[in-house]
Amino acid sequence: MSRETSLVNSDWVSLNLSTSGVVLVEVDEDTDAYEKGHIAGAVKLHWRDDLQDKVRRDIVSKSDFEKLLSDRGIANDDTVILYGGNNNWFAAYAYWYFKLYGHKDVRLLDGGRKIWELESRELTTNVSTRPASKYVATEQDHSLRAFRDEVLAAIGKLNLVDVRSPQEFSGELAAPAHLPQEQGQVRGHIPSAKNIPWAKSANEDGTFKSDADLAELYKGAGVNVATDTIAYCRIGERSSHTWFVLHELLGMKNVKNYDGSWTEYGSLVGVPVELGA
Amino acid sequence: MITCGAKAGGPSLDGIDVSKSAIVQGIALIGGEPVGRGYVRLLDAQGDFTAEVPTSSEGQFRFFASPGQWSVRLLTAGATCEAKFSLRIGEPVDLVLEIAS
Repeated sequence: MSRETSLVNSDWVSLNLSTSGVVLVEVDEDTDAYEKGHIAGAVKLHWRDDLQDKVRRDIVSKSDFEKLLSDRGIANDDTVILYGGNNNWFAAYAYWYFKLYGHKDVRLLDGGRKIWELESRELTTNVSTRPASKYVATEQDHSLRAFRDEVLAAIGKLNLVDVRSPQEFSGELAAPAHLPQEQGQVRGHIPSAKNIPWAKSANEDGTFKSDADLAELYKGAGVNVATDTIAYCRIGERSSHTWFVLHELLGMKNVKNYDGSWTEYGSLVGVPVELGA
Repeated sequence: MITCGAKAGGPSLDGIDVSKSAIVQGIALIGGEPVGRGYVRLLDAQGDFTAEVPTSSEGQFRFFASPGQWSVRLLTAGATCEAKFSLRIGEPVDLVLEIAS
């Protein structure tokens, strides 16, 4: 993968708003953001209602993903452009999700909703609908997804990258600072994890830093590019942002997103936990 | 000229147990009007990014941080401003981030 095949910029999106086969999809943490205004033609995916199983704690099944994309009018051969708020956290999560289920051509709008707004580009409140498709997904690609036993086995052996804020990593905070600190899990981090906050990979306007800067960031923080890597955060969306950087932009092999993340790990009985920087 | 003031203006704290949290909140204004399409970034004492929220349609924002020195930085189309403050548990800080038009 590379920047050319995984990212588009806002000018590209402006030029392709009406291009056949290009589907814009907005995914936000603020689930009301789409209704307040979105890029013309974009359809909405709700990170919880659409992308979380309604009974189990898991991503949706292959058949539910097929139904979701079919209902949204997204076809297998469409070029899907994902964007969203919060520096593309949930758009990156959806990107990982699309890759997990084998979509061929999916890209992020570099900078997401923020760059679009900071450039004073037009938003609309007209809800977009598309004719239903017959989407067919592949089985989940587990080379992209880490489960808890793999994480435990990776302690001290593989690259564990904790992408949360330093305050969450150390145990000062239980959740990102824009959310109430009401989590039931213990605080802290997985032993041997390196704390490389996702935000260090992004510019202030939400766009990704250059490949050279990104490579230096992870190398400087002690990530061994020759070793397999697992990224985690609190619920798996910020770590999708870092998974995107490592796997899609920098082309590192064997990078997995641990979507169970701290919400799962911090609730496990008997596992090792470290506090402090 | 870009200025950041510091007077009350954040969302209601009704229903929030302020005794257990170190809260900073406020309102973002440009030319006296709420910034409905802006972003507020919370930076730690070293100036490193900690969190970000979009402003509400009323220009308001809120963070639950930890005690210590912090700053917030407002981003909106064509302008930014920043304000520094210290936080303590149980003493919410209310800010006005004001950009002159």
